Amino acid sequence: MSRRVRLLVFLLSGAGVAVLFTLAAVRLPDFGGTWHPYGERTLPNAIRRHTPNVISSINFDQRAFDTLGEELILMAAALAAVVILRTVRAEQEDAAGAHAYGPAEVSDALRITGYLLLPVIMVTGVYVVAHGYISPGGGFQGGVVLGSAIHLIYLAGDYPALARIRPIPMFESGEAVAAGVFVLLALAFAGQVKAMNAAVGLEVGCALVLVLAKFFEQALLVRKDA
Amino acid sequence: MSHLPYLVAGWILLAGIYGLVTSRNLVHAVVCLSVAQSATYVLLLTIGYRKKATAPVFSDIKPTRNVVDPVVQAMTLTDIVVGATVTALLLALTVQVAKRRGTVDPDELRSLEP
Amino acid sequence: MADALIVAALVLTAFMATAVVLTRDPARQAIVLSGYGLALAILFLLLQAPDVAMSQTAVGTVVVPLIVILAIHAIRRHHTREPDRRGRE
Repeated sequence: MSRRVRLLVFLLSGAGVAVLFTLAAVRLPDFGGTWHPYGERTLPNAIRRHTPNVISSINFDQRAFDTLGEELILMAAALAAVVILRTVRAEQEDAAGAHAYGPAEVSDALRITGYLLLPVIMVTGVYVVAHGYISPGGGFQGGVVLGSAIHLIYLAGDYPALARIRPIPMFESGEAVAAGVFVLLALAFAGQVKAMNAAVGLEVGCALVLVLAKFFEQALLVRKDA
Repeated sequence: MSHLPYLVAGWILLAGIYGLVTSRNLVHAVVCLSVAQSATYVLLLTIGYRKKATAPVFSDIKPTRNVVDPVVQAMTLTDIVVGATVTALLLALTVQVAKRRGTVDPDELRSLEP
Repeated sequence: MADALIVAALVLTAFMATAVVLTRDPARQAIVLSGYGLALAILFLLLQAPDVAMSQTAVGTVVVPLIVILAIHAIRRHHTREPDRRGRE
């Protein structure tokens, strides 16, 4: 299909989607209206189970089975990305620091800021996971904060240090254990919001670290055999 | 005003698909796909919004009925994090395509040769 | 007041989404995508969804643009061999 034909097909179908979507949107309840049948059914349950953060209550109590599915999609996607990006036989991996990727020439201000922020952000991540039960936050958000925090070391210009503080096998087993614990909790003990938050936080954090590690390897270290 | 937010979601969806259709680079296409996906976040959250209501968190206020719809928020929350890993998977496939075929222009990828 | 803020955030979000799509160079697009993630997070905050805004801030402004940049870098490494291979063909 040539580019022109493709654009024409898009314009026709896009116009169709636009018309149908607009027709559907004007029949939706008004923006900001008071009719929220699902919300009204979940609220009393969340209050009865004494979970101040209703969203955590929905994710890990009332719809825990649904979250289990999402969680497994996350794990499957992360696993697939790691498998696709593995170093294949025709390639070889340089040792970290073999290039100029070692302690790079960044200004001291950036380096010190990176090292100082790292513990602060790690503590913030743990706080977000641990308090997801009562305040905005939870396993998903905190896991992302934790998983991305350690990459500050790379921004501070030190890839070898990042590779040292992030032993891949440990994160792989962390991911597997967290996923297993979450499946167990969701199937047998749904409603243990705090425990499930912790399991999800660990799993999301480990998955992010693993995926980012593979991307870092591909971007910095892997090369084809000469 | 009463239906404008839904139309914004429709606009984001169409903009994302337009970028996908006219893309000359698979990385650009994947990012456009994630933009199209973000239309669902906007649509879900605007449908759940309620005027003069608070966030559905009762840690510092007495539980009330006057809150925005928490169900759509819970769905969006998980969707964002899961969507990020799916984007990572698509980008991993793109890196693999670049390795095997030496190009990331979808127009140059004709057949399914190995 | 709240309405005006929400409308402003919606317009900003729509504008940023368009900007992301129309930025053709992926490396620049990653930066614009980060801005779009921030615009979405502001919109979600105004829509009384702090949990979602938190998730969007972390994912949309940090993780996804970082992965995009790393992918571009990895792809460029394979493109550096491209000219001499084309030359031989």
